[in-house]
Amino acid sequence: MAGKPKLHYFNGRGRMEPIRWLLAAAGVEFEECFMETKDDLIKLQKDGSLLFQQVPMVEIDGMKMVQTRAILSYIAAKYNLYGKNLKERALIDMYVEAMMDLNELLMSHPFQPADKKEQHFANMVDKATNRYFPVFEKVLKDHRQDFLVGNQFSRADVLLLEILLMAEECKPDILAKFPLLQSFKARISNIPTIKKFLQPGSQRKPPTEEKDVPKVLKIFY
Amino acid sequence: MSGKPRLTYFNGRGRMEPVRWLLAAAGVEFEEIFLETREQYEKLIKDGVLMFQQVPLVEIDGMKMVQTRAILSYIAGKYNLYGKDLKERALIDMYVEGISDLMQMILMFPFSPPEAKEKNLDSIKERATNRYFPVFEKVLKQHGQEFLVGNKFSWADVQLIEAILAVEEKIPAVLSGFPQLQAFKVRMSNMPTIKKFLQPGSPRKPPPDERYIETVLKILK
Repeated sequence: MAGKPKLHYFNGRGRMEPIRWLLAAAGVEFEECFMETKDDLIKLQKDGSLLFQQVPMVEIDGMKMVQTRAILSYIAAKYNLYGKNLKERALIDMYVEAMMDLNELLMSHPFQPADKKEQHFANMVDKATNRYFPVFEKVLKDHRQDFLVGNQFSRADVLLLEILLMAEECKPDILAKFPLLQSFKARISNIPTIKKFLQPGSQRKPPTEEKDVPKVLKIFY
Repeated sequence: MSGKPRLTYFNGRGRMEPVRWLLAAAGVEFEEIFLETREQYEKLIKDGVLMFQQVPLVEIDGMKMVQTRAILSYIAGKYNLYGKDLKERALIDMYVEGISDLMQMILMFPFSPPEAKEKNLDSIKERATNRYFPVFEKVLKQHGQEFLVGNKFSWADVQLIEAILAVEEKIPAVLSGFPQLQAFKVRMSNMPTIKKFLQPGSPRKPPPDERYIETVLKILK
């Protein structure tokens, strides 16, 4: 049964959001099944649906896929968003892994305990502006192409846009020193599938608010 | 320039060990540069050699590759250790990612404070015996084949044998409930390239000791 991919997660960004972005960018419609309580997670675990008892889980092409990176790599390859050869793939992987490191910082921010929040925020901003953004600004400057790798739209572009927008949510002027990232942001946001995803009513999730954090933590802990 | 891959890291396992394992399993000879001082590390950063200012660094096929997963994926792809199609690749990715989560616990263990060590060791034992090893025991039992995926030696097999040996170093009887994994361990250990890697004098690194921890902390501050 072909069917649409079906995503299992809580109703929020977390580790599933890059997957929503990539499917949307590829123009692939998907369904979502939201866990609200710990019992919902336990049920999935008891069903044997979760290989390592964890979500994200994506039902796709007859598989119950787990592990965010495995899922993203499968989708990227299936929809030709992974470069045209091993070396382009290697470049995409390097960029994506770094972005995943930054995503980890951004995504975990709402879940930091109160006494660690400020330091976490400072570290996040420091890494974004001193370690990661300069690299991608330079990549775009050096080749002057529309996309990060191989003059072709790839998963690296999708993830970078996602990260840039999340970083701006944390600190609106965070791209001030990165003119090429600003134009990249505008350019990629205008790609039809992405433009659609950025509109209200899409499956893109809002940032997790502090008031919702306890509910999410209850599901997992 | 010899043409062999060149690895730059601390003289110890850390995040580079899976790369050493995979190259060795593929029968690929490599050179190593060991970071001993902060000055060496700062020089690498100044020279612009570390894309995100981090090691591991692997110079291979004209690229200065960083990000462990990117490096491993490239090596696996290049040496045909990544399955024969997208679905086998997906399975390998899922298995490798799961094992990698377990290895992360082992990686961080030496750096945990003394009072947390017992609890962390218990966590490693719990996760290995309740979450990860049962999955691979079942995979091997169900298909009765020698290798985890597609009846063919792959990156997943290398990652699993590495993890089994690493956990056994900490918890010697950990495989007692897992006959398939015991047989797998013997089988993998006897593969010529792996057998060679397991012999004294190979590039395989010993478990982290005080000196290693000190060096890492000093260099990464």
